[in-house]
Amino acid sequence: MTTEHVRPNYILIWVYLFVLTVIEVAAAFLSHIPKHWLILILVFLAVWKAFLVALYFMHLKFERWRLRAIFMVPIPLAIILVLAVITEKIW
Amino acid sequence: MTHATATADVMHPPVPAEPGSGVYSNKLGMWVFLASDVMFFTALIGSYIILRFGVPEAWAAPGAVLNVPLTAFNTFLLICSSVSMVKAYAAIADGKKYFLRAVPGKLLRDGGLKFWMLVTIICGAMFVGVQVFEYIKLIGHGFTPAGFREGSTLAEHAATDAVRYGATTAGLYGSSFFTMTGFHGFHVTCGVVSMLYLYFTKVLPEKYSAQDYRGIETIGLYWHFVDLVWIILFTIVYLI
Repeated sequence: MTTEHVRPNYILIWVYLFVLTVIEVAAAFLSHIPKHWLILILVFLAVWKAFLVALYFMHLKFERWRLRAIFMVPIPLAIILVLAVITEKIW
Repeated sequence: MTHATATADVMHPPVPAEPGSGVYSNKLGMWVFLASDVMFFTALIGSYIILRFGVPEAWAAPGAVLNVPLTAFNTFLLICSSVSMVKAYAAIADGKKYFLRAVPGKLLRDGGLKFWMLVTIICGAMFVGVQVFEYIKLIGHGFTPAGFREGSTLAEHAATDAVRYGATTAGLYGSSFFTMTGFHGFHVTCGVVSMLYLYFTKVLPEKYSAQDYRGIETIGLYWHFVDLVWIILFTIVYLI
């Protein structure tokens, strides 16, 4: 099975995810933050939540580096793709 | 040497197969699949960005067409299912095959693999149910993959406030919305069906143990990935 490690506090991660989701929804609908800043904040919060799931629920933090590499390799490619299509708007 | 023997020599090179990365093949296969699924959803998100930011006209404001509180509840459901999945994994890793068991001195009973897997399946099925309900309501109000249906409530709203409802971009919005959430819903459905299969063929007959729980770990990875993708989609499609 997986490498032996100290088990994370899953309920605490769940609380983090719940609180971050509430902050996201509140920021999107209740705040008067300028649109560009709002998009940056929402994307940052979403990526933060995604990392929490990947690191602690999928145990990526405790896996061997070879296994991490399999999952991490497409991430830069995904970022490049998204940045490339965003430039459609900028240019 | 016959043709068959020559083929067999090619298939079995003289150097023996390497032991690999130290993980069992189901898990390695799932990670490779998830890596490919990252690119699949990135392609969908990339297409959405091109469509949304490429058109000069206004896109519908967040919450104007979609029911955000309902979807926020659905997000909560999926996060809960992710926690119950990882609790199921932790339970069987500790050898807890049972449903619920009383713990002396504690008010709450201790959940085992059977309990946490059932909670995960119920939460996943509820997510799909809420999404189907959302689709029915949206289509009823006139929001279809082809845009706002003529004569519908949303088409009337769009006629009075074209900017808020994104009247000219409704077709692009509808097609990208239903494609992205539809493919994600398909992933969730596949996960629920797979977990139901495992529940009746492996979990209830107590075939998993603290020594071998590969199926739970593998389906768990898939399930958490589905949750991870939804976290991103919820922000991009519903909140921005």
